[in-house]
Amino acid sequence: MDYFVHIAILIGIYSILALSLNLIVGYTGLLSITQAAFYGIGAYVTAILLTSFGMNFFLSIVIGMIITGVVSLAIGYVLSKFDGDYFALGSFGFNIIVYSIFLNWQSLTRGPLGIPGIAKPVLFNIDFSNNFYFLIMVAVFALLVYFISQFITRSSFGRVLKAIREDEKAIEVFGYNTLFFKLTIFVIGAMIASIAGALFASYITYVDPTSFALSESIFILAIIILGGLANNKGAVIGAVCLVILPEALRFVGFPSDIAAQMRQVTYGLILILLMLYRPQGLIGEYKL
Amino acid sequence: MNILETKKITKHFDGVYAVDGLSVGFEKGKITGLIGPNGSGKSTLINLLTGVIQIDGGSFVISSKEEISKILPHEVSDYGITRTFQEVRLFEQMPVLDNIFVVLTKRNVFSSLFETHKKFHLERAEEVLKKVDLWEKRNDLAKNLSYGQRKLLEIGRVLAMSNGFGDDSDIFFLDEPFAGLFPEMRKIVIGVIQHLKEQGKTVILVEHNIDIIRELCDHIIVLDNGKLLAEGIPNDVLSKREVMDAYLGE
Repeated sequence: MDYFVHIAILIGIYSILALSLNLIVGYTGLLSITQAAFYGIGAYVTAILLTSFGMNFFLSIVIGMIITGVVSLAIGYVLSKFDGDYFALGSFGFNIIVYSIFLNWQSLTRGPLGIPGIAKPVLFNIDFSNNFYFLIMVAVFALLVYFISQFITRSSFGRVLKAIREDEKAIEVFGYNTLFFKLTIFVIGAMIASIAGALFASYITYVDPTSFALSESIFILAIIILGGLANNKGAVIGAVCLVILPEALRFVGFPSDIAAQMRQVTYGLILILLMLYRPQGLIGEYKL
Repeated sequence: MNILETKKITKHFDGVYAVDGLSVGFEKGKITGLIGPNGSGKSTLINLLTGVIQIDGGSFVISSKEEISKILPHEVSDYGITRTFQEVRLFEQMPVLDNIFVVLTKRNVFSSLFETHKKFHLERAEEVLKKVDLWEKRNDLAKNLSYGQRKLLEIGRVLAMSNGFGDDSDIFFLDEPFAGLFPEMRKIVIGVIQHLKEQGKTVILVEHNIDIIRELCDHIIVLDNGKLLAEGIPNDVLSKREVMDAYLGE
């Protein structure tokens, strides 16, 4: 039972990450590969505030969102100078920079040693050390993020994001300063990712830089491409599939000496086949 | 009275002048045809006046206000300008209806976040889409429309800019709106242009079809190599020897 609760918690956290990135990539067409950096900032802020200052977990989420918001505003502004593939490469670079900061600012992050002993929250006498309660908390956050994403994407603002994705120059001549729209959604997406980071830090009770490397950003991108871009349900379905898939492959019965490698190969193969035969993802509304 | 005047406006690409010290005026409430052979600078001029590309020299004046030597694309609607593109530029992976809604709703980031389309947006979109005969296609993705329907949707989108909501436009640049259209579709576009004129709007029409130019335009401007070759009433200008030589190849 604990195993299934663990998987469900991971699905919740990755759903939040996927929903956040879907706002940026799926709806706005900004191919950002730096979401793990914002995820990491949220996680580290919670880890540091809880272990060094004994701060309330929920307050640490808010502070993490504010810090991530400021950092993402600066990163987003720089990235706004780039288009298309150059935007993707620039965002790639920022993920590496933030990862390097986690790794090398040892006085703050303890570098590769990471930060252990992050407390799980307690709220109104509910102790979230119990994983089932933690799952409920993650589910509440995931639902909240889902409804916020729905609210954004169904608004006139969301329609403008899609128009930017389709033809930025064309929508500009109708009076939209697209820079403001792009920056706003980039910051909102980053702040949402920081919530996932705080939940992750508290759940695992330990953070280190390897959880927020470039590969993690690519994994989040794979989730939304698989589930379907520009569809909030698709982001959640993608998270369910890509969290469960490697776990399900444990039960395939590969020989034990090559099981781990075979799981990776099979996992990669399934992704390639899906992209070949269903490039818009499972329920996507937009093709890159 | 001119609503828009260019003053020695210049644009060059790698030393080749696409628009070369051009000074022309567009009269308020009239349909002005902008004609000339391929590469004469017609579309470049529209792109300059709508901020899609930046001016190298000279300036332009709208409604006799300040001289503008640099304009950004998102600023042009503040001056009451809207346009279509030579190559149709729609929001392809969005429904037809959303292609219209997007020009009807609020431009401000925070206002738009708390706005969804309302009944009056839908009524206006219905009115516009019925004018361009696309109401039945309102839920189709723009990319699934035929070429002619795509042209009509682009016309519908600028028509929605003469709406009375927020960014109401006065100057309409239509860049080859008849290219590739069937006769019945041409009639629809002619109707839209005439409707705009009746509303007192200024239309600047880039077009190669001389019959349409004669039928619709009050005034024409002929460009050649980025310079003004001739201007005036269509029948007078089109009978000039230099215009026939440069444009009609006669």
